[in-house]
Amino acid sequence: MTMRYTKDHEWVRLDGDVATVGITAYAAEQLGDVVYAELPAVGKSFNQGDDMAVVESAKTASDVYAPISGEVVEANAEITGENWQIINEAPQAGGWFVKLKAADKGQIDALMDEAAYADYVKGL
Amino acid sequence: MRYLPLTDADRKQMLGVIGAKSIDELFADVPKGALLKDLVDLPKAQGEIEVHRHLQALAEKNTPAGRTAFFLGGGAYRHHVPATVDHIIQRSEFLTAYTPYQPEIAQGTLQALYEFQSQVAALLNMEVSNASMYDGSTACAEAAMMAARVTKRKKIVFSGGVHPHYVETARTACEALGLEIVALPAAVDDEAAVTNELSADVAAVIVQSPNVFGTVTDLSKIGEAANAQGALMVATFTECLAFGLIEPGGAYGADIVCGEGQSVGNALNFGGPYVGLFAVKEKYVRQMPGRVAGETVDADGQRGFVLTLSTREQHIRREKATSNICTNSGLCQLAWTIHMTLLGEKGLRQLAQLNHEKAIALADALADVRGVEVLTKRFFNEIAVRTAKPAQGIVDALAQKGVIAGVAMSRLDPSAGMDDVLITCATEMNTDDDIAAYAKALKEALA
Amino acid sequence: MKPETTSGNRGLLQAEPLIFETGGADNTGVDLPAPKGENRLGVLQRKAALDLPGLSEPETMRHFVRLSQKNYAIDLGLFPLGSCTMKHNPRLNERAARFEGFADLHPLQPVSTVQGALELMDELAHWLCTMTGMPAVALSPKAGAHGEFCGMLAIKAALDARGEGHRKRVLVPSSAHGTNPATAAACGFSVDEVPGTDDGRVDIGALKAKLGPDVAAVMVTNPNTCGLFERDVKTIADLIHEAGGYFYCDGANYNAIVGRVRPGDLGVDAMHINLHKTFSTPHGGGGPGAGPTVLSAALAPFAPVPHIVKHAGVRELREHAAGTQAFGRMCAFHGQMGMFTRALTYMLSHGSDGLRQVAEDAVLNANYLLARLKPHFNAPFGDGPCMHEVLLDDSSIKPKGVETIDMAKALLDEGYHPFTTYFPLVVHGAMLIEPTETEPKRELDRFADVMIALAERANAGEVEFFKQAPRLAPLRRLDDTRAARQPKLRWRRGDNNPGAMRAAE
Repeated sequence: MTMRYTKDHEWVRLDGDVATVGITAYAAEQLGDVVYAELPAVGKSFNQGDDMAVVESAKTASDVYAPISGEVVEANAEITGENWQIINEAPQAGGWFVKLKAADKGQIDALMDEAAYADYVKGL
Repeated sequence: MRYLPLTDADRKQMLGVIGAKSIDELFADVPKGALLKDLVDLPKAQGEIEVHRHLQALAEKNTPAGRTAFFLGGGAYRHHVPATVDHIIQRSEFLTAYTPYQPEIAQGTLQALYEFQSQVAALLNMEVSNASMYDGSTACAEAAMMAARVTKRKKIVFSGGVHPHYVETARTACEALGLEIVALPAAVDDEAAVTNELSADVAAVIVQSPNVFGTVTDLSKIGEAANAQGALMVATFTECLAFGLIEPGGAYGADIVCGEGQSVGNALNFGGPYVGLFAVKEKYVRQMPGRVAGETVDADGQRGFVLTLSTREQHIRREKATSNICTNSGLCQLAWTIHMTLLGEKGLRQLAQLNHEKAIALADALADVRGVEVLTKRFFNEIAVRTAKPAQGIVDALAQKGVIAGVAMSRLDPSAGMDDVLITCATEMNTDDDIAAYAKALKEALA
Repeated sequence: MKPETTSGNRGLLQAEPLIFETGGADNTGVDLPAPKGENRLGVLQRKAALDLPGLSEPETMRHFVRLSQKNYAIDLGLFPLGSCTMKHNPRLNERAARFEGFADLHPLQPVSTVQGALELMDELAHWLCTMTGMPAVALSPKAGAHGEFCGMLAIKAALDARGEGHRKRVLVPSSAHGTNPATAAACGFSVDEVPGTDDGRVDIGALKAKLGPDVAAVMVTNPNTCGLFERDVKTIADLIHEAGGYFYCDGANYNAIVGRVRPGDLGVDAMHINLHKTFSTPHGGGGPGAGPTVLSAALAPFAPVPHIVKHAGVRELREHAAGTQAFGRMCAFHGQMGMFTRALTYMLSHGSDGLRQVAEDAVLNANYLLARLKPHFNAPFGDGPCMHEVLLDDSSIKPKGVETIDMAKALLDEGYHPFTTYFPLVVHGAMLIEPTETEPKRELDRFADVMIALAERANAGEVEFFKQAPRLAPLRRLDDTRAARQPKLRWRRGDNNPGAMRAAE
């Protein structure tokens, strides 16, 4: 399954019923060195667009919004284990934030694909 | 005007460079009619001599504490501040610096902050301290709000031994946020009542030791009860010097220990500026209000200090900040650090012991006066006494005789039903003669 | 890399360890009477060592004097930190605040013994109300943000009294100080951001569109954080009042208009005054400040306790909210008396004429810098006059690889405290410069010359020069990321000096 993107710079990739969510490489670069991130607890449910996590550099903090509705089934142990660097090093791979059990898989189709997101970032 | 360097010639020349004909052109965006043409109706500029005279005349209409036999505490305490302290805080580099936002040229302020945080953490037996708050009462209010954030609960229970002004300050702040304040009835000692009030919907229980009546409490039972209910224990205080002699909240497992630091390094100043101390368990540091200094290195690997964890703060997090606080109590905090450095553990313990001994002498002297009952069983330097006549009248009568006897509980909380309770304290500043004069005047007032 | 010395000192700059690394449990800088050892505390006594080091008096003096020399200060030079108002702090103010009759007064002394203190507070209140054209002032807020809190709580109380507690939305321009949205949130309001216009002011159309029956207040800084006067301030006041809300004005920049404009004439309902900005009480490395808050007739009844009331010519204190409309209490006592004394001293020294000159010279100095710097930097709203501060950005030098932070660090080497960086947030790479009225023209020229020379170096592509700055400050660039990733917020026994560790590697 390919990645989809939001205007708030989250990415989401569906694998069966489970969507993996993280922040985009563009977002990670804009943020700079991550010094802290707060992930939601497993079992918590979000509606699309809800504040879901927080990611911080030394001088800025950004909310991470749920790109789709769903329940948290896993939080990235690398991040909860304070390996913040992984968010900068591999934002769209090992630096994922959470896995959500998707409530409505159709929400993903409405998000931007890679080309559309690249165009969107170019316009910023 | 002596503070304004520009001359009229400068002003004219500068307007020329700007390309403006008059100063009013620079105020062109001010709506018509709102730009004042005349001076506001207040006195005109005066020289240093006249202003000095004016302020001195106002000062002389007051009775300074040091000109009386002084036994008033109730949240602010008269202690000796070494001359060194005031000299250092008046150094230009401390007095006229800003918040250390450019750490490369603010290491003086930052290292002193780091030392302060380390001293506060040690004094309060806590893991982490912030860089100070406005005062003890606002620190206590912030602790209540922080506890609600941490526990995601809404009820804050105050012991009846917490200073009534602290309760009211916290009530004002917390109720605006929709939190519920449960203030237990004023009581010299209410350990059991506090424990009974704990339930699974309580965010924090706020206790004070020594409390407003001077009572020193072993907080371990309350701490265990709070812990069992998932509530935080906040231990507040108004007299930080006590912790040179008694165990602080941190020793009893408190989650937040906060209160007034004025006693160390700071004069009475009619109530402000003071310095709020605020320390927490490390696991709560990201919910802590206020700025904090941390250690790091510079590009050459040299140790240095910066303001850190600032993503909690209003200038970055805006409406999601842990607090709206923007300053700390810089110079007062510096004064605290300098005085604490001069004391060291040895001086601190000695000073605390002296205070306790003065209070013992005071308690014994007052207990000998007919019509006086000492209510506080375990105290540091402050006690509550019951008087056979209303306490406010006694305070007023003794003031006429040059004795500031303390504060009537009815002044702190008229609704407490304790009109016959007087709160009084002794410090290292009181002499045996002061105590004798107090006992004599009290005897006369009660006769 | 800086040249190494054996001592670690660099000329007048002394290397200075932490007190924890030099002091000891048995060292002390005080001599106290020997205690008798009498004790009635039993098991409540503190047993374990505190590990609080002490130093003798000479060592203490030297420690803190050495530290002081690593600080920049307004007494050393221009401190053009926009929005912060670093002006000269007259020492007469310090002397007055230390008069025994003020400094050695307890806040709970019988009121008969503190009549002079209450008179001083009344006199300060009279000056503040007269200068601002407002009928009342709450003196007790302890800082600017605390004053905002006071003003917004008064608004909340007034709404509740009208039975309109459902008004929960507060409009805040995007250029606002972070304290505004943080304060609104602390009062239980929700924050709705109002965009700005291309000329750096509140977008009136957008504001209108956001008004509604659930709006409690608008919080507007005037002059605003872009250093501009809100031309439509009266319209903003009219609009919010018509919508049934209140106008909170953030008075952080009141120093630009003191004596020339009365906020009361502009329709303001509440405004805090930072005594440490406009009225020159010292900033002290981050406080203490003071934030008296002036209130309109509509809000005055809700002012917090304690406050002064007069009975038959005698001043008394109202200390309890019960039975009044007061919204509550801001702090344990009467506010920052030490700052009241300093501010009143400053006001009396300047007088009505001097204070007017303060605003005019502050605005003149800023416009002079704007005129000198505009040809060399991008000034996003530089077409018209500014008020007391100049807003530039890094858009002209950024393509060369030099950003606002680099300009700031290069200024450190030139012996200046930099301008405010990256604020207001509405301008990317903002450099906000506030010279204040206490700078002579030659200091302004010297600073402008330095800024222009730096712009030329940036334009010439001398990127390394900037990235390596500062070279001459007591320390070079500090690692904020390291500080935040593994927070080390206090000394602990067994700690090593990481600088020393690095050298040993």
